[in-house]
Amino acid sequence: MQSGSEDEVCAAVREAVEPLRLRGGGTRALAGAGAVFDCSGLAGVRLYEPGALTLVAGAGTGLAEVEAVLAASRQRLAFEVPDLRGLLGRQGASTLGGVVAANASGPRRVQVGAARDHVLGLRFVDGRGVVVKAGGRVMKNVTGLDLCKLLAGSGGRLGVITEVALKLQAVPEAVVTLVGRRGLAQGLAALRAALGSPYDVSGAAYAQGAALIRVEGMAGSVAYRAGALAAHLGGDWAQVDGAELWRGVRDVTDFAGKPGAVWRVSVKPTDAMAVVDGLEGEAVFDWGGGLIWLLVDGSVDVRARVAQGHATLMRAMPGMDLVPVLPPESPGVAALTRGLKAQFDPRGIFG
Amino acid sequence: MDMPRPDAAVLAAKAAVVARLLQVLPGDAVISEPSELRAYECDALTAYRCAPMAVVLPRTTAEVSAVLALCSAMGVKVVPRGAGTSLAGGSFPTADCVVLGVARLNGVIETDYPNRFIKVQSGRTNLSVTGAVEAAGFFYAPDPSSQLACAIAGNIAMNSGGAHCLKYGVTTNNLLGVTLVLMSGEVVEIGGPWLDAGGLDLLGVICGSEGQLGVVTEATLRILPKPEGARPVLMGFDRNEVAGDCVADIIKAGILPVAIEFMDRPCIRATEDFAHAGYPDCEALLIVEVEGSAAEIDEQLARIKAIALAHAPVAYRESGSAEESAKIWLGRKSAFGAMGSLGDYMCLDGVIPVSSLGAVLRRIGEMSTQVGLDVANVFHAGDGNLHPLILYDANKPGDLERCEAFGADILRLCVEVGGCLTGEHGVGIEKRDLMAVQYSDDDLEAQMRVKDVFDPGWLLNPAKVFPLGSSAGRRVGG
Repeated sequence: MQSGSEDEVCAAVREAVEPLRLRGGGTRALAGAGAVFDCSGLAGVRLYEPGALTLVAGAGTGLAEVEAVLAASRQRLAFEVPDLRGLLGRQGASTLGGVVAANASGPRRVQVGAARDHVLGLRFVDGRGVVVKAGGRVMKNVTGLDLCKLLAGSGGRLGVITEVALKLQAVPEAVVTLVGRRGLAQGLAALRAALGSPYDVSGAAYAQGAALIRVEGMAGSVAYRAGALAAHLGGDWAQVDGAELWRGVRDVTDFAGKPGAVWRVSVKPTDAMAVVDGLEGEAVFDWGGGLIWLLVDGSVDVRARVAQGHATLMRAMPGMDLVPVLPPESPGVAALTRGLKAQFDPRGIFG
Repeated sequence: MDMPRPDAAVLAAKAAVVARLLQVLPGDAVISEPSELRAYECDALTAYRCAPMAVVLPRTTAEVSAVLALCSAMGVKVVPRGAGTSLAGGSFPTADCVVLGVARLNGVIETDYPNRFIKVQSGRTNLSVTGAVEAAGFFYAPDPSSQLACAIAGNIAMNSGGAHCLKYGVTTNNLLGVTLVLMSGEVVEIGGPWLDAGGLDLLGVICGSEGQLGVVTEATLRILPKPEGARPVLMGFDRNEVAGDCVADIIKAGILPVAIEFMDRPCIRATEDFAHAGYPDCEALLIVEVEGSAAEIDEQLARIKAIALAHAPVAYRESGSAEESAKIWLGRKSAFGAMGSLGDYMCLDGVIPVSSLGAVLRRIGEMSTQVGLDVANVFHAGDGNLHPLILYDANKPGDLERCEAFGADILRLCVEVGGCLTGEHGVGIEKRDLMAVQYSDDDLEAQMRVKDVFDPGWLLNPAKVFPLGSSAGRRVGG
């Protein structure tokens, strides 16, 4: 099933008798089961104001198309959308609606926030087939409850996002990545020290035995901060552009094509060592150690290692049918989540 | 402004309610004497007053939980209150409610510099959060004008911003977790010192919910390393539109100042008379502040100067010292006080797309002439968050009503050009009945469904946010 307009989405949801599996470009692991409901027809940039850093577009608009439009004015989505097709073995082209529904955020999340922090407004069709508008298109808005946050990252469980308004960022004129070969403990400590420094770090990751620390901005400022950071952290640091390295971290290319279960773990950065201590498998650390991508055997109980925080099963292995994809919730949070689900999708159309 | 009729049965049960409250709280945490209740009859929206039935000042999450469970069981409405600085009447009491003040929940629970967070009790003031971490070189970014007095609980309830949120975001972008007490008394932990939710982003909808969903007693906040330095520049223009264009060009150029503040002529004159900051007498004034090392600041200011000069400013003044910086900020920071010295004023909080700045200010000027009430504008220009201040005379019969009607028209104008009713003050009772200007019935219904989940009896912070007509079927006891 495919919809080309919001009205069609409403009609389709109202008429649905069994669950729909919402799909933008089919590049991410969104929740849901049942017949695929293709949202990619809800496409088109509806407003782009570079001077206001604002873009409004249909949820089915392709990410690549949006990135091209923005690049022409030297702007971008600041939150660095991961492309997980290689990791998850997906085809297709990512859409804005999918990006927002997955709260898909990459390395720059530590500096600028997640996708959810850039959603100025959105429209969605709830499980009753009713259109709801949340937020708006301006930079600040506390008018009523913030349903944008509730829908961002909801994985399509509360409604079909039909339009999104996003805050944009200017592409900086310069980028420098410090690369330092370090052991894990030393590397992660360097990431934390960098994020705790006044040098406005826009990326702090550890992969393949090296700590990566990024600064962006005006040329003089970047040169200054890169030098000051290296001195502050001590030891040897190479200065590179690093675009490829960051793409690798963002998309977890290290794991692509390798067998095993893939987990995405969000923890307090100083807990990162304990999560991987004695673990058989591979790990990539982003967000100063606060985000850990793990490639492990399906039998490893990753959640038992996460005392505080949460772990999502991004790619399962055969035999993991009983392992929930989403992290388990406390009874209180689970009850609120169930209540919201019952309010917005009373017939369970969205899985 | 309409408020629901107080629940006669609850009013009649005041003695029993107070007696039960005294069973779960120490004696000094319950206020029920009419003379003492008067201190709680309004917040910073002083035009309306109504003393509550009782006030409680708990010291712990457990005490908050006990109060809410008890009020829930007795069908008594609860109005949560931070420091009482809401300009929107966010903690305006009803005669049949218990005001739950969090002022005594003011401790620091944990500071963690390697992980860059602080966990505090929610009654702690905004500025004292920064105070707790600044010796280690950190700060808490959201900085509402009332930061000396306002509580984190209120900041979370209203999703407060401030002058520096252009770069660092508002409360929702700096909040990692909360301890939330539901109206039932149940305590729920949401989020924590890690990033993003594993499931639905409950934290995101709790922040800015104006006390409709629960009472936040503890909060985990992101702290940031302090920049090496900061320096403002002041520029004056002979037309508001030109100042607006200059703002858009700075943003388009990819420069991210920490603040871009705007003042118009009436505001400049009032603050000059009051604070003598040495501002030029011009139509529009911008204060742009940038951060970094001395060299980085120079680099950014050179870029900003080039953009500003292209718009033929009538004044351009870079700060060369801490003293000069303080002087540039002096007028802006005294603006509200200066306006207060001229008489009574109402402070609006609409947001518009930055591109409509000039046109909207011109229209507000025309409306001001028509209505016969003066307006001064001082606001966060970088994000289009307007604060028109309408001057009126509270002692003149009918002036408040004229002022409110004028204010409502300005907010309608904001929505008309693609903006919204409130950027950082919240809806409260003040803008409650204007919500239909921005939202359809279906939009409001969706928001009210969220409250249905958290507060099914609709006892928390009654008669706020949602138009009374929209919420009539849900509210109990009138």
